[in-house]
Amino acid sequence: MIIGESGSGKTTLLKCMVGLNEIDEGEVLFDGRNFYNLDFTGKKDIRKEIGMLFQGGALFDSKTVEENVVFPLSMFTDLSESEKRDRANFCLQRVNLPDANKLYPAELSGGMKKRVAIARAIAVQPKYLFCDEPNSGLDPKTSIVIDNLIKEITDEYGITTIVITHDMNSVIEIGDNIMFIYKGDNWWQGSKEEILRTDNKEVCDFVYATKFMKTLKTKL
Amino acid sequence: MYSLGVGSLGIVAIISVFMGAVITIQTAFNFESPLIPPYAVGVAVRDTMILEFSPAIVSLILAGKIGSSIASEIGTMRVTEQIDALEIMGINSAGYLIVPKIIASVLFNPILIIFSMFLGILGGYVFGLMAGVVTDFEYILGITYQFRPFNVIYALIKTGVFAFLIASVPAYHGYYTKGGALEVGRSSTKGVVYTSVLILAFDLILTQVLLV
Repeated sequence: MIIGESGSGKTTLLKCMVGLNEIDEGEVLFDGRNFYNLDFTGKKDIRKEIGMLFQGGALFDSKTVEENVVFPLSMFTDLSESEKRDRANFCLQRVNLPDANKLYPAELSGGMKKRVAIARAIAVQPKYLFCDEPNSGLDPKTSIVIDNLIKEITDEYGITTIVITHDMNSVIEIGDNIMFIYKGDNWWQGSKEEILRTDNKEVCDFVYATKFMKTLKTKL
Repeated sequence: MYSLGVGSLGIVAIISVFMGAVITIQTAFNFESPLIPPYAVGVAVRDTMILEFSPAIVSLILAGKIGSSIASEIGTMRVTEQIDALEIMGINSAGYLIVPKIIASVLFNPILIIFSMFLGILGGYVFGLMAGVVTDFEYILGITYQFRPFNVIYALIKTGVFAFLIASVPAYHGYYTKGGALEVGRSSTKGVVYTSVLILAFDLILTQVLLV
């Protein structure tokens, strides 16, 4: 998980990792393949292995839920129309939205949009799942549902998931390895247990910013 | 094609019929000299509709209707990260979103403009007769008098250029939108304003090149 204050560079880092932003220096490696040194075909091969959950879902407004999930399958696979629909239905069932196929994004709640976005992200069976603030704009209960879904899918499909968040509840719920970004730098890295015990000032200021976390700290 | 073309038929029809009618009545009102033959009303309506009103003014109206729709649609896709989602899937988002709109506009706008010419002249005929400012015979004589088919070709060349501008300029502004809802509105306004100015500039240039 990548955490940090608003404006610290989390989303920029994520967009650099998935090739949406150009990088000034350094390299982005996927199984040893430097994304920015690859040609169009090489980049497309890597993109086939990437699923992305955007902050607002980024569902295509003009397409139904099913069409949204089918879309990456049309781009990356040679499946027949019925096979694509079957795969889309399977993914929608996996995110507990079996009856939403014919709805348009405008007819969905925030949590449903996120779940459809997860279904679209996992449709092509990615090796890497990138999630940009999956809980933003959601109530605490729905946030936990989304967090658990991400965790379950990560374990079930054996994929590498990178989640960007500033929600400490998410970190505690599903975090394994945590990176704290501060003013654009990789400021601190460690496990969930370590971040709760660190004495790094900037990290503590962030982690224990809320009353709930301060209370938790006193119990540790 | 449907949203950009067929969806504009109604507004184009209403504006063309009424403009044809107004041009007929105003021209007849101003041609009071006995030296000007009555059929000149038909000539004036025909040439105004074919040379300028249908290709240029209707294109300006379409720039407002279609241009704002294209800019706001693409701009919204940009700020809601739908374009990023396309890029992630390895799609050339500009080609995927903009090129079909340009093709639809360039293919369908000439149909709209011919439709506008026809309805404008028809509107002038119907309302001219109803107002009693021109007779059946005089109007039909006027619209067929010394008709130059090249004028229609000239109008369609202009229409093709304007159609390209109507789709591409707002699409550009929408595609490079940064920010949120406010910026989408600004991109839409910019797209329409720049398109309108470019249509007027190209109208002058093409008229100079093709007619003079």
